Amino acid sequence: MSMKELRLMKGNEAFAEAAIRAGADGYFGYPITPQSEVMEYLMAEKPHERTGMIVLQAESEVAAINMVYGGASCGKRVMTSSSSPGMSLKQEGISYIAGAELPCVILNAVRGGPGLGTIQPSQSDYFQSTKGGGHGDYRLIVLAPSSVQEMADFAPLAFDLAFKYRNPVLILSDGAIGQMMEKVELQEQRPRFTEEEIRKNTPWATMGKTPDRERNIITSLNLDSHVQEEHNIHLQAKYREIEKNETRWETIQCDDAEYILVAYGTSARLSQKAVDIARAKGIKLGLLRPITLFPFPTQPIAELANRVKGILSVEMSAGQMVEDVRLAVGDKVKVAHFGRMGGIIPSPPEIVEALESKLIGG
Amino acid sequence: MTEEILIAGFGGQGVLSMGKILAYSGVMGNKEVSWMPSYGPEMRGGTANVTVIISDERISSPILSSYDTAIILNQQSMDKFEASVKPGGILIYDPNGITRHPSRKDINIYSIDAADEAAKMGMTKVFNMIILGGFLKIKPVVQPEFIHKGLEKSLPARHHNMIPENETAIEKGKDIIKPVFLLN
Repeated sequence: MSMKELRLMKGNEAFAEAAIRAGADGYFGYPITPQSEVMEYLMAEKPHERTGMIVLQAESEVAAINMVYGGASCGKRVMTSSSSPGMSLKQEGISYIAGAELPCVILNAVRGGPGLGTIQPSQSDYFQSTKGGGHGDYRLIVLAPSSVQEMADFAPLAFDLAFKYRNPVLILSDGAIGQMMEKVELQEQRPRFTEEEIRKNTPWATMGKTPDRERNIITSLNLDSHVQEEHNIHLQAKYREIEKNETRWETIQCDDAEYILVAYGTSARLSQKAVDIARAKGIKLGLLRPITLFPFPTQPIAELANRVKGILSVEMSAGQMVEDVRLAVGDKVKVAHFGRMGGIIPSPPEIVEALESKLIGG
Repeated sequence: MTEEILIAGFGGQGVLSMGKILAYSGVMGNKEVSWMPSYGPEMRGGTANVTVIISDERISSPILSSYDTAIILNQQSMDKFEASVKPGGILIYDPNGITRHPSRKDINIYSIDAADEAAKMGMTKVFNMIILGGFLKIKPVVQPEFIHKGLEKSLPARHHNMIPENETAIEKGKDIIKPVFLLN
């Protein structure tokens, strides 16, 4: 296999290439800006010639997510990608997949809403992504890349987490992360699962009954409420386990910080620059960047709240993640929100001004 | 070293590809780089711009509101971005089609007749490489050897026979860029 390669790629392309290299078996999607490069890249790359991976343009988002449901039922590494309006269409399927406890990877390149909205970058799907999205008590594991490198790295990570917990993993991106090019180091190709591996590692997969076991049934339907509640209790225990094991975050210049920004994805990149600007003005500012949005880094934020004067949640939304920041902080220090909406990207100096007016002066 | 560059002009002038060649050259020179294009409705309005950052350090925000250097290739972009050059920074523009010339007195301003020169050379397609050459003369952020590798990496193989013309255009740009207003 090839050595690690350095390339200049768009985030969407890096994710697509990394998915091939992660040993994905199938991609099912329907085009929508600003993530169409994912399928475009896969179609051009013809991964069926490289690894046997299938790439299929479905007739709709609903069809695509149900193809994922089918592929995942067979123990395959399958994925889809879309953007906000398309994600709303997929929610029924995602709820079924979560209920049936199947692994899959979903990319959402968030655009400003509600409705068809705009095609510019936004973070207004945080609630939908982290609190369920479809019906029923379920959670997705949500990864928030903030660079092209992470778009590449999170493809194999997402598949690994999905199979470890038999749970859908959502990668929450946007048009800025998807459209920009950065240097990216690609991992080596890893093989797709063999039939023997699927039978051994995912014994629940529906791939033809063998005489040594009962029939495998994949369903999210339990008409007996007691059975359904048992299943709910099991799911909740799994989510607590995920919270215990998989919470990921990064801190930047937090050691001596008097104020903290909390921001993910594109906002985290803007906020990193805001930290530099603030420090040049003598404000001791740090950044906590959640890498997983579910599970949310509640504990590290709670600990920072013990020793800072204020926390600003920076999001390209009306203020969604700020609710989780407030739950983590309680009444220890003031928590404020700053964000732009509708596809407008705030400038780093704007973030510093918001910090000064809402927390330092306020 | 961190150089934050804006390139702005019409769609079709090679704004995005010039940015890509510059960014790829940075990668070849072992720098950190980012390339952030305008996309969607902005592009459909006929203007195209790209922010390129080349740095020795991890790049914080790929999206900026002020720049060390702005390379401006049409009047709309001049109107929009002249004010975005950091004080003490650099504005490079092609006067072709410019009706209101830049007037700031707190930045260094250079002009480059790249459209005229490309027409004289009989190769309008290398317009953006003449501009790139002019920029590299003023700000040699990447070494010429890496520009060559950047061209190889960013041009499809079927266009590699065009690399010498592109390099000639870069050299031409270095020759013809001229100061309009310089800070002391």
